[in-house]
Amino acid sequence: MSWYEFLLRTHTEILERTLEHILLVAASMSIALAIGLPLGIYLVTRAALQRWVIGAANVVQTIPSLALFGFLIPVPWIGGIGASTAIVALSLYALLPILRNTCIGIAEVDPAVVESARSMGMTSRQVLWQVQLPLAAPVLLAGVRVATAMCIGVTTIAAAIGAGGLGVFIFRGLAMVNNQVILAGAIPAACLAIAADAGLGYFQRSSARR
Amino acid sequence: MSSLSDGLQSGYAVEFRGTSYRLPSGAPLISGLNLAISRGETLILLGRSGSGKTTTLKLINRLLEASAGEILVSGREIRTWNPIELRRGMGYVIQDAGLFPHWTVERNVGLVPTLEGWPRERILARVNEMLALVGLPPEEFANRRPSGLSGGQKQRVGVARALAADPPILLMDEPFGALDPITRTDLQREFRALAKRLQKTIVFVTHDVREALFLGTRIALLDQGSLVGIYTPSEFLKASEPQVHAFAASLDVDGTHEGAQ
Repeated sequence: MSWYEFLLRTHTEILERTLEHILLVAASMSIALAIGLPLGIYLVTRAALQRWVIGAANVVQTIPSLALFGFLIPVPWIGGIGASTAIVALSLYALLPILRNTCIGIAEVDPAVVESARSMGMTSRQVLWQVQLPLAAPVLLAGVRVATAMCIGVTTIAAAIGAGGLGVFIFRGLAMVNNQVILAGAIPAACLAIAADAGLGYFQRSSARR
Repeated sequence: MSSLSDGLQSGYAVEFRGTSYRLPSGAPLISGLNLAISRGETLILLGRSGSGKTTTLKLINRLLEASAGEILVSGREIRTWNPIELRRGMGYVIQDAGLFPHWTVERNVGLVPTLEGWPRERILARVNEMLALVGLPPEEFANRRPSGLSGGQKQRVGVARALAADPPILLMDEPFGALDPITRTDLQREFRALAKRLQKTIVFVTHDVREALFLGTRIALLDQGSLVGIYTPSEFLKASEPQVHAFAASLDVDGTHEGAQ
């Protein structure tokens, strides 16, 4: 089959799978951010607890992704076959870079600046939102960038537990020994990763310039 | 903040009564400090590194909480002050200025007025007034970032920021310590004139005895967390305490103590 014929026949599915892929990544990243940012902020001033939590996140990170999906399948409520299990696993993966970079980013803000902010009569909340977070933004965004790129990659594997996404083409193509089908998943997935990285890299640089 | 100004109508601006500060480990940094700072004076906290002068300064705006004894600000025990309100009534300038690098000079200077909810036009007018006061033409500097300023300019912005909401008290921690000698002398001269004009209560930390003698109405000498004594500049040069001698001797390069200043 020529590429033209192939694309004519499968372009709607490619679009659907790409959208599915983006939704899986977006859902997982939202959860990871919703947990990682506040938790990271909370942990900045609690060194001992921070070591434990980041240690635990590190352990999760070292589990191979397919194994983590496997571990989660028998877990009640969150487990089973499908997208929800994948989102849980992907969020866990994305958590570490976000958590670690939130802690590092805030801790690296010049203590003299934070001290003068407090001395001028800013409340802790004002210091956090107007001084610490904006100044930590480049490091924080670097964490989000790493997490997003990784998440897009690992999401292709989530197809193995029936989560959908572009991995569906890759696994199907492998089973069919059909390069066209493999590439129909691999090329859009690679493009997504590159585009996300470039986009977030732009944000990161512009936040550093401010 | 208004209440902080009101309280200053009479009595001392800041008063330490048997104040001590210990680290959580128990190590004492300040012990049994008795010191009364009058309204409108420039009191220098002079001492070597580790003498407790910065600690003393941070006790005044509750960046640190005293372990024992009392501190009165405008006649009121410091623990009864809301720390936020207390700090907004005290300008604060530190060695590397502590400007917010992600804000323009204008926003930096307007910080406390903004926190206090002043209307925008009034903040802008005040920022321009303050920048002019510290010798920085607003049209040239208002939109710059701190990274585009020299060390001396940063300190000027730091002073402008500290004065913006017209606080009755100014706390300064070696504000001119990191500047080259020529810039430092310029700023010291200008600051002395400014202090005379503004009639603020200024608590000024330094280890530079020359600066202490030049700027201070009185000098409180600290050594290892204790007060050695309080002197006017002329008393300081005649004082007999060995700690004072050590500082006075650092003034003259050729070893003839008499010729100092």
